[in-house]
Amino acid sequence: MAEQTGKHFGSCKEIFAELSAYLDADLPPDACQEIDEHLSGCAPCVEFVNSLRRTVELCRGYEASSVPGPLTQEARGQLLVAFQQMLAAKKGSPPNRT
Amino acid sequence: MASLEREQEVELARDLLAGNLEVFDRFVESFRTRLFQYSLLMCGQREDAEEVSQETLLKVFENLDQLREPEHVRSWVFRIAKNACLMKRRKSVFAPVRELSLDEFIPSMDHHGGERKLEIADWSALPDAQALRSELRNVLQEAISELPEIYKSVLLLRDVEELSTEEAAQVLDVSEDVVKTRLHRARLAVRQKLDQYLKVRVN
Repeated sequence: MAEQTGKHFGSCKEIFAELSAYLDADLPPDACQEIDEHLSGCAPCVEFVNSLRRTVELCRGYEASSVPGPLTQEARGQLLVAFQQMLAAKKGSPPNRT
Repeated sequence: MASLEREQEVELARDLLAGNLEVFDRFVESFRTRLFQYSLLMCGQREDAEEVSQETLLKVFENLDQLREPEHVRSWVFRIAKNACLMKRRKSVFAPVRELSLDEFIPSMDHHGGERKLEIADWSALPDAQALRSELRNVLQEAISELPEIYKSVLLLRDVEELSTEEAAQVLDVSEDVVKTRLHRARLAVRQKLDQYLKVRVN
């Protein structure tokens, strides 16, 4: 991206490292404001931030194209036994077991 | 939507801890596909992902009484899944970790007619997440699965499973700063792959 002068988040490259934190609203207010100011005068960075934002949105909406096979009775039975044994041990154990 | 799902998971975990057998199947159902999806991207093999999902759920039920904070059930389950994936990993544990640097993701700039323009695709052509076409979904899946493991695990936990930075750090046994740094590089790498796909598609 283009190089601009600036002492903190003045240049495109300087804000580049902070863009995920910026999108996650995970920056201190002053740093966030500096990036906002940079973006207000830098169309290429706005375009880039938008593409990164869409990437995050796509990841959040991601669903695998393949799903697991149906849960067999045997597999379900294993899980159920484990659950019931855990419950039985919990009931049978002294309340302050470590 | 995601927060509603998480609230339901927490309720299910509370009910299970109280010994309510009626929610057993709902709990299994709500985690099984999720665990399969995560394991498939982490392990790369369908059979491994099936096994990891089942082994994880088995450990979850065996150790459920150790879940101290039901509100963190998702990160607790994924911590177990992460360990199950590590056991299943076919690659050598001594394989070098590929580090991603920020510089490889800085797009180049085109100067023409006095205007600065990024050499990136037209992202306005992307379909909405809800209507994600299968082709784009496959590109996204490939982009995620190609990430070096340390980045992939962070992206899956933070962006796909929507764990907080703190939760992801706990699952992965790393600091929150490490999670943030890896997440940014992972997102940039995925963005770059999607960008390459969009450029070809538009032309």
